[in-house]
Amino acid sequence: MSIFRMQGSFIENLPKIYGFYTGGFVVFVLLMALMERAGVKEDTIGLMFVGFTVFIYAVIGWLSRTMQLDAYYVAGRQVPAVFNGMATAADWMSGASFVAMAGGIYMAGHPYLAFVVGWTGGYVLVAVLMAPYLRKFGCYTVPDFIGTRYGGNLARLCAVIVLVVASFTYVTAQINATGTIASRALLIPFQVGIWIGLAGILLCSMLGGMRAVTWTQVAQYIVLIIAYLVPVIWMSNKQGFGVIPQLVYGDAVLRIAELETLHQVGVLKSAAQSGLTALNVKHNAPPDTFVGSVQFVTLVACMMMGTASLPHILMRYFTTPSVRAARTSVAWSLFFIFLLYFTAPALATFTKLQMLDPNLATSIIGKSVADVNAITWVQKWTSVGQVKVIDLNGDGILQINEFFMRPDIVVLATPEIAGLPYVISGLVAAGGMAAAMSTADGLLLAIANALSHDLYYKMIDPKADVKRRLIVARVLLIVIGAAGAGVASMRLTGILGAVAWAFDFAMSGLFFPLVLGVWWKRANRPGAIAGMVVGLLVGSWYLYMVYAGGMKPWIGIDHLRFGIIGAGASLIAMVVVTLVTAPPDKETQDMVDEVRIPKGDTVLGSTH
Amino acid sequence: MNDTSQKAVHWNRTRNLMFVHITIWFIFSFVVHWFAPELNKASFMHFPLGFYMASQGSLVVFVVQLFFFARQQDKIDRECGMAEAD
Repeated sequence: MSIFRMQGSFIENLPKIYGFYTGGFVVFVLLMALMERAGVKEDTIGLMFVGFTVFIYAVIGWLSRTMQLDAYYVAGRQVPAVFNGMATAADWMSGASFVAMAGGIYMAGHPYLAFVVGWTGGYVLVAVLMAPYLRKFGCYTVPDFIGTRYGGNLARLCAVIVLVVASFTYVTAQINATGTIASRALLIPFQVGIWIGLAGILLCSMLGGMRAVTWTQVAQYIVLIIAYLVPVIWMSNKQGFGVIPQLVYGDAVLRIAELETLHQVGVLKSAAQSGLTALNVKHNAPPDTFVGSVQFVTLVACMMMGTASLPHILMRYFTTPSVRAARTSVAWSLFFIFLLYFTAPALATFTKLQMLDPNLATSIIGKSVADVNAITWVQKWTSVGQVKVIDLNGDGILQINEFFMRPDIVVLATPEIAGLPYVISGLVAAGGMAAAMSTADGLLLAIANALSHDLYYKMIDPKADVKRRLIVARVLLIVIGAAGAGVASMRLTGILGAVAWAFDFAMSGLFFPLVLGVWWKRANRPGAIAGMVVGLLVGSWYLYMVYAGGMKPWIGIDHLRFGIIGAGASLIAMVVVTLVTAPPDKETQDMVDEVRIPKGDTVLGSTH
Repeated sequence: MNDTSQKAVHWNRTRNLMFVHITIWFIFSFVVHWFAPELNKASFMHFPLGFYMASQGSLVVFVVQLFFFARQQDKIDRECGMAEAD
């Protein structure tokens, strides 16, 4: 495969290469469908799906190996806008987006849509306030920008610490998700699954750094978006809603409202049963109290500002060929993300309709408990403790508050609930694996690069040669990956809790130092350091107090939203300290001027 | 016009464009969803409007807005002579 060495022709051939790859994947899916027809066991098909796709990613990772600094850190700065958009979308959409989001909307209804709005609108901040300027700066990592703009090792170190806290919180959740999917598909224990998942992740990133991660992420995006869209379109077609379900499920929302009255959703309630919940709230019930509305907008704000502060996302825009391409690339990223996010509420709605509408053969609510217990998917998910049917009032009929499930299974179980062939379940497992692996890759690389470039090279050993720097980067990647897997195997947090926290940590420490670094020339080193330190400390303190310290959250700002408090403190500290200390020197101010215009050379050299 | 004043014009226009887009962003991120119960009384493509905005409407606005932003900023860069070489 010499094309991977001849970069010029490789970039030109990208559409052809990934077109061929997509075609190959479709053929593979059809082949699996034929094998299912021919009587191959379900377990074997699941194993083939996950095994084959992970093998392909590893091959891409191996082919993209490099010993060049700018290829390792920023993929040689030649990733075209559209492909960088796909890679960012895969980098962005984690196990939480793929697996948990539709389930969350299913269980919590309208308030959960705050994640849908928050995880898309953040890209407006990325495009307008940050990405083009960071690209012009020419940094390798996010702390590289902080360290150069504000100057001094202390500012750089603070940025590294915030980055590690936020990204490490996030990566344990992703390794956890890879382990869960790998253990189910490969039929191995969870503890083993985690390490196998990690091996796959490292194969994609270790040899080629950012370059390898970029090309595997594009491949992973293609798998995950096909895996997400196919079941929804199939199911909608079956129910007579046509092939673009996202546009026409309004009637399904209205139908659910009728059925909610019929089944007394929100009237019949029951408490959670060992982590499984019954449907207690209506599908379309927006917050109608002041605190409820505050909770919606604060969650939106946290997810958006977190998006614009998470280093593994920002560093994707360091890889484009120009500042102009960086801007277009953010737009493409959001478009590719949008394809999944505007589908998730449709998926939640259709699945709910399947279960609630007595006119559909797949419905279960209102049926006899004995009949429901005889359904294959109910039995299967009950046996693994993800679904539970309890006839609370003993009338032999399944009421809405007698069916318990873990929200996370909505996406994974939907093909079975809707009676689709097993090959679709295998496809969904491969998609979930792709989503979790691609995000884990981006996060591990962000952490390892910050430690190898900012901590090791810039602060500890500035004389290190290229070979040594790249070896240190790889050793760190393995060490951090192993640490992440070690923490993940202890199963400390649920997938979503940890993900929201990562956003809150990132915005608490980094949002204002990054934004004001470009938009406020007066911002100086003491101010930035104060912003990062105070933001992270106050945010962490508030998280501890509301999560474990028994403090009552202020106007509904609970542990998922602590970034509001952290970032607020960060802004105040940064502005006050900046104003009481001396303005930055002429050289720094000129540098900010330089960052603001696209033309000319990057502020930092192409290798530094 | 000399380079310094040209830079000032460029940054002024860039900043104004930023304010325009941040305002649009603010409306579709927060204001619209604050009034979701009221919007639900109206209907759009058979959807209750409040639900539609949170599950799809705001997202569409963000995507379209970003493609516009990329074009507008590029136009500013070119007109002020601050664009990169093609």
